[in-house]
Amino acid sequence: MATMQTATEIAARVREGKQPAGEAVRACLERIEQLDGELGAFLWVDREGAQRRADAVDQRVAKGETDLPLAGVPVAVKDNICVAGTPTTCGSRILEKFVAPYEAHVAERLRAAGAIVIGKTNLDEFAMGSSTENSALGVTRNPWNRGHVPGGSSGGSAVAVAAGMVPVALGSDTGGSVRQPASFCGVVGLKPTYGRVSRYGLVAFGSSLDQIGPLARTAEDAALVLGAIAGADARDTTCLEAPVPAYADELAAPLAGTRVGIAREYFGEGLSDETRAAVDAAIGILRANGADVVDVHLPHMTYGVACYYLIAPAEASSNLARYDGVHYGHRAAANDIIDMYSASREEGFGAEVKRRIMLGTYALSSGYYDAYYARAMKVRTLLRRDFEHAFKQCDVICSPVTPTTAFAFGEKADDPLAMYLADVYTISANLAGIPAVSVPCGFDGRGLPVGLQIMGKPLAEGKVLSVAHHYQSLTDHHKKVPS
Amino acid sequence: MADAVTTEEVRHIATLARLKLSDAEVERFTRELAAIIGYVEKLREVDVTHVEPTAHAVGAHNVFRDDVVQPSPGAAMAMANAPQKQNEFFRVPKVLDQDTV
Repeated sequence: MATMQTATEIAARVREGKQPAGEAVRACLERIEQLDGELGAFLWVDREGAQRRADAVDQRVAKGETDLPLAGVPVAVKDNICVAGTPTTCGSRILEKFVAPYEAHVAERLRAAGAIVIGKTNLDEFAMGSSTENSALGVTRNPWNRGHVPGGSSGGSAVAVAAGMVPVALGSDTGGSVRQPASFCGVVGLKPTYGRVSRYGLVAFGSSLDQIGPLARTAEDAALVLGAIAGADARDTTCLEAPVPAYADELAAPLAGTRVGIAREYFGEGLSDETRAAVDAAIGILRANGADVVDVHLPHMTYGVACYYLIAPAEASSNLARYDGVHYGHRAAANDIIDMYSASREEGFGAEVKRRIMLGTYALSSGYYDAYYARAMKVRTLLRRDFEHAFKQCDVICSPVTPTTAFAFGEKADDPLAMYLADVYTISANLAGIPAVSVPCGFDGRGLPVGLQIMGKPLAEGKVLSVAHHYQSLTDHHKKVPS
Repeated sequence: MADAVTTEEVRHIATLARLKLSDAEVERFTRELAAIIGYVEKLREVDVTHVEPTAHAVGAHNVFRDDVVQPSPGAAMAMANAPQKQNEFFRVPKVLDQDTV
């Protein structure tokens, strides 16, 4: 089946003229037609435009262009990333009719690399959530069990890749929003180092945490996409100048001698037995193939969730102040301007977005700033130092991605704190700014995927992807396809 | 430091955040914020004396570009998603009372 081709295979064949760019696009569109009515991964699919742009890629190949790392590769993009001229809703009523007037840096890069954006995927509203249940615009189902959530907030992108509707997708990760749905859906998801990928054109949520990353079925494909989207961009001043390495070459670095750190803080209370067993087995495979396993200690990790749920909502409450019904987005009928702001926001935002705006406004309000936001930013420093110290003893740190596999719809919807606490293993990488990848490492007794998280030093994307790539070459979990 | 979050506080925060919450939402957020704030209080256990806050995790700061004029979006592009417009202006409900004009 053409849609089960990897991005690496598609790009090579299209560049060599062995397959027209439209072939993979057509296969993906057919698979979307067949499956997405039930799975709900996409909010919008660009049927005609995708075919047209595939023809344009063939013309570039015919003209002798060779720098097309993603030639003819269909890509799904999370609907909080602007693709010019297409809807960008953030899964929110307030942006339901918004059409992006400009192109995100990553969308420009995808286009330049020969990729074809074929649609926009569902997400928790403004990327706030861990199940995609917070989307105001549709339900997304886990392809391994349709009664379970796909994870979130990049749930649509994870489902699109897992079900073979696209080979690769983009998501955004503020506290785990690429890695957690990747884990729940059995695909690879990478959160790069903070600043590795420009956030220009990504709708802002928690600006000191947000990072765009790829989802794919293989670490090799994730590396291919990362290579195309990473690098400096003057329009995002937090974006790093560091040169982008040839990730494909770094994948081949030997696993033998790699020091794999294990921190007991990731294996404590709340971790399900089945997830622990799958992750332990995965670490066993790395060890059996030459990795040295060492114990490391991250004493402040236990404060990660508390830090995150002050910092992210504080930044969100500030970022979302722009939705006021004046320049774009939903506007409520009102008699005066203050009432228009308040009524537009009340009607336009869903419960979780309001909850975080309230929490963030509280944490930043007069009298509480030092006690909450400022203190959280300092504890964040201590957590970052924990990682710096740990990475003197190891090259990567391995852990579970989530305490449990995908939960059922509604299971946590009425208990926001329980939902937040489930982010415990992913949040630290965002707070510390380090790269982390989720790679499929097995299934629980109900057939739901389990993920292994591999974290690295700042800018060590090549290393974490290399360990993931070696792991995938030694195992078959990523080759299973949901029925 | 906060005691339990009160409904009055929640109404005040909603005003600051420009959210016109219903009474049911005020009641719900009072309960939920109290639970979440109660949880994050655990940060008080940590000694942060002499610790600098982290803003950019990888430490980039003071990024400058050359002071060269760049093209910017035209009015049509900026107005494309306007809920209400008049010529090249965003139209809004009245900001000032008739008496104060």
